[in-house]
Amino acid sequence: MTHSPAASCLEARGLACIRDDRTLFDDLSFRLEPGQVLLLEGRNGSGKTSLLRILCGMRQPDGGELVWNGEDIFDLGPDYHAHIAYVGHRDGVKHDLTARENLKLARGLGAPNTAVSIEDALDRVELWGFDDVPARNLSAGQQRRLALARLLVTRADLWILDEPFTSLDSHGIGIVENLFANHVSGGGMLAVTSHHRVSLNDNAIIRINLSP
Amino acid sequence: MNTPSLYRAFTLLLWRDLLLAYRRRTEMINPLLFFVLVTALFPLGIGANPELLRNIAPGIIWVAALLAAMLSLDSVFRSDFEDGSLEQLLISAQPLSVLVLAKVIAHWLITGLPLLIVAPLLGLLLNLPGASIAALMLTLLLGTPVLSMIGAIGVALTVGLRRGGVILSLLVLPLYIPVLIFAANAVETSGAGLPITAHLSLLSALLVLSVSLTPLATAAALKISLG
Repeated sequence: MTHSPAASCLEARGLACIRDDRTLFDDLSFRLEPGQVLLLEGRNGSGKTSLLRILCGMRQPDGGELVWNGEDIFDLGPDYHAHIAYVGHRDGVKHDLTARENLKLARGLGAPNTAVSIEDALDRVELWGFDDVPARNLSAGQQRRLALARLLVTRADLWILDEPFTSLDSHGIGIVENLFANHVSGGGMLAVTSHHRVSLNDNAIIRINLSP
Repeated sequence: MNTPSLYRAFTLLLWRDLLLAYRRRTEMINPLLFFVLVTALFPLGIGANPELLRNIAPGIIWVAALLAAMLSLDSVFRSDFEDGSLEQLLISAQPLSVLVLAKVIAHWLITGLPLLIVAPLLGLLLNLPGASIAALMLTLLLGTPVLSMIGAIGVALTVGLRRGGVILSLLVLPLYIPVLIFAANAVETSGAGLPITAHLSLLSALLVLSVSLTPLATAAALKISLG
């Protein structure tokens, strides 16, 4: 498999999402290229999470198509998933495993990033020293940072993040914004919902407001 | 190391589930305890008539094993669903059906294999002859993985529901009946000194079918549940 972020591109054509007979969004189109950030805005229940789940390929859109490098993501399946990393509302952190074990699994399930060891990843979210602590004993903010460290251990071009700043303190937010800036400047892509202001280069941001 | 490795993902997931089970071993002991208690209570309930016990032993042990397997089913995907790990499996770079197979194998090693190990003791307790105990072990070895495999489909379909327990039993139980019939009958037949090759062949066929087909069905069901 080749990893050439420069060639990657995610394109949405006329996406629609209907939930409980309510149209959350309709005819949504955008094009996300390397170095760009897709920032989803909108009130609670406006379909931000649903859109992110569609971007992950977990949920089928009720209309339109989603294309990765010219191919439908639902046809690509695992080949598309090798390019993305997702952190949702639910952390996906196993409480009975240590921080290191959690990352080891995440690395094994994706395309491992050999440039970043598990130790490096923990270090970059400032969890070094907690590597052998069961995730259960970490604070909510630390667990969130552990979940976000998953982004670093695989070679994902596209990070899909649902409210990444939840339960982080201002220091934690700083750490994570730093990760984002590095990822985007390195040619990565980011799709994110957030109530916080995301401090990134404004030129690179595609804003989509889902509130009617 | 740069490309996703299916073998690595499979073994890592298997390792993770076994490790998690080890760290939560008090919960894992429940199905086994249920199996032993139900079987051990029968002689107390119906009186210690060795002849009677020997006649009903195959049925009792197999029904208890089946119910124990069903009792433990929910744990295949429940905790992964609740903490979001299941989403991560769904969007991993590997085919979901293979990951599902790893999880179900881990589940069988945790809940099915212990039943197999204590079964001879329970057979002795119920006065089963040696040949029947051997048959019992064989049928459990072939049958309990089938129960785990089929059950996983049901759990995958109901994992998103808040009160999925009743539906799960209704979904899964009818599919368990063939295993129960062939397995209990095999133990009975062997007690009469007759060959049980036919039973074992049928159970093996069920096992092969379920290993090859149920992971696909379970993966599809998970996609529906989480979509």
